[in-house]
Amino acid sequence: MNILVLLKMVPDIVEELEIGSDGTSLDLDAVRPIVSERDDHALEQALLLKERCGGSVTVLAIESRDVDEVLFTALAKGCDRALKVSGAGAALTSAKAAALLARTLPGIPNLMPVDLVLTGCQAIDDLDGVVAPSLAERLHLPYLGIVTAVDVPAGALKATVLKEFAAGVRGQYGVCLPAVLGVQAAEKPPRYVPVAKVRAAMKARTIEEVPAGAMDEASLLSVAAMTKPEAVGRAEMLEGDPEAVAAKVVEILSARGLV
Amino acid sequence: MAGNVWVLAEHWRGRLSDLTGEGLALGRELASGFGSRLEAVLLGHGAQALAAGLGAADGVLSVDHSSLAEPNPEAYCAALAALVEARQPQLLLVPLSNVAADVIGLLPARLHIPLVNFCRDARVVDGKVEARCVLYGGKLETTLVVSGAPAVLGLLPGSRAASGAAAAPAPSIEEVKIELPAEGRLSFEQYIDPAAGDVDITQQDALVSVGRGIQTQDNITLAEELAAALGGVVSASRPVIDQGWLPLTRQVGKSGATVKPKLYLAAGISGAPEHVEGMKGAEMIIAVNTDPQAPIFAVAHYGIVGDVLEILPALTEAVKAKKG
Repeated sequence: MNILVLLKMVPDIVEELEIGSDGTSLDLDAVRPIVSERDDHALEQALLLKERCGGSVTVLAIESRDVDEVLFTALAKGCDRALKVSGAGAALTSAKAAALLARTLPGIPNLMPVDLVLTGCQAIDDLDGVVAPSLAERLHLPYLGIVTAVDVPAGALKATVLKEFAAGVRGQYGVCLPAVLGVQAAEKPPRYVPVAKVRAAMKARTIEEVPAGAMDEASLLSVAAMTKPEAVGRAEMLEGDPEAVAAKVVEILSARGLV
Repeated sequence: MAGNVWVLAEHWRGRLSDLTGEGLALGRELASGFGSRLEAVLLGHGAQALAAGLGAADGVLSVDHSSLAEPNPEAYCAALAALVEARQPQLLLVPLSNVAADVIGLLPARLHIPLVNFCRDARVVDGKVEARCVLYGGKLETTLVVSGAPAVLGLLPGSRAASGAAAAPAPSIEEVKIELPAEGRLSFEQYIDPAAGDVDITQQDALVSVGRGIQTQDNITLAEELAAALGGVVSASRPVIDQGWLPLTRQVGKSGATVKPKLYLAAGISGAPEHVEGMKGAEMIIAVNTDPQAPIFAVAHYGIVGDVLEILPALTEAVKAKKG
């Protein structure tokens, strides 16, 4: 079972987000990049599959700020190979990223074909769709998204995949391999790896740089403006120390007969 | 002459989604903007009876095939691609729920047509679609202009009130025959329902719902104590469930439950669109978050900027004192 995991960096939205001077994009210098949460779950699912089925996990990201640390962390967690696509330019949309990957992957030595491509089923900056299904189409592979569990019985040509619906209901699908899966959540929370192990990986392991394939994907969308959402309704803010605020809340609840 | 505006009629386990009604309401405005017809696209197997709930459309295009019996992105994509190529609509609105979402990425890549994701609103300006989209967990919005048709719009909940289908006359149904393989590379096998036994969070009057701000599993005790004082239970947003700190039965939002309690106290929940979808109908929403810009404050009735680890114990004490 050889698995390729695609990771990408997104802004940490716990921090304040600032709009750039062009008024149409995020000020990327002002954000703290972190690995997209769903991609981190895709990585965990790949590592769980490797533990169960054997094989290898290769992790790949398009070059962006702080991505090296994320790739070394993946190596420290148990990935066999880390690849960084360089020369792609910044601010790729999902469709462009998928087009770029579809052109780049076949040229990477000793990589394709893989049995599974796993990545997040969604990222917070997916303006024009999601990379995973778009890549699946371009590689002519089947795709299933919003995945929460994957199993491949020994020697099977099909993966058994669980997809989330609503209210805790999941659907079980058979997916012919090779396939692309968009992961919502791994079967277990992403594993923790101590900083010391990441440092050790930085010393002992290498990230292979691969050049980006040619790009000729024209965007069919134009961004007219980026704005902070206008508050349609806005909460009445309660201020004071915790005790004062708590007293106000109880007053409000009491008036509604809720306490 | 502009092509028609289509809305994918999303249905699951025999029921049309509310989001389909919202899509039809928005689709009606867009169809007026283009001077074209509004059509619902119904994919399924033996599902034609659902067309009676699509009266807000001018007509229904129905594709019946055994491979469309359950949500199957491969079969959905094949059917829609054939339909779109043959009929050339102006626009296809697809509800962004877990049932239909997979096809949103596949179809535009197959047909090389534009896609707008996470769309909250749209209008027609100078013959082009201008869409407002939600990004970065609801913290920023983007206004996009779509060039070319057909185009696909992935629609978030809350764009419009759902069109009342009941009052409208049943629309005309056109059966469209499309050749699809009986067996594809992707096959639906079965549904797995959640294990019964836990409390039903949709039946509670008070929910204390915890998010990332609760920081550790141990801290959930603070929420449980407040919930107990209020006579309710603890629920959670996605990150808490993904960490395995609470069972899936406690999840509120798109993949979890839609709740409408008398009181929803959101503790350390930022308010991403996927979460808000499941709790916006609560009668009273009180939100606590350290980030004054958190989108949850746009849906809450009352907001507190502060650390849940300090606010929750203070609230528990105050509620207990009030109840004596």
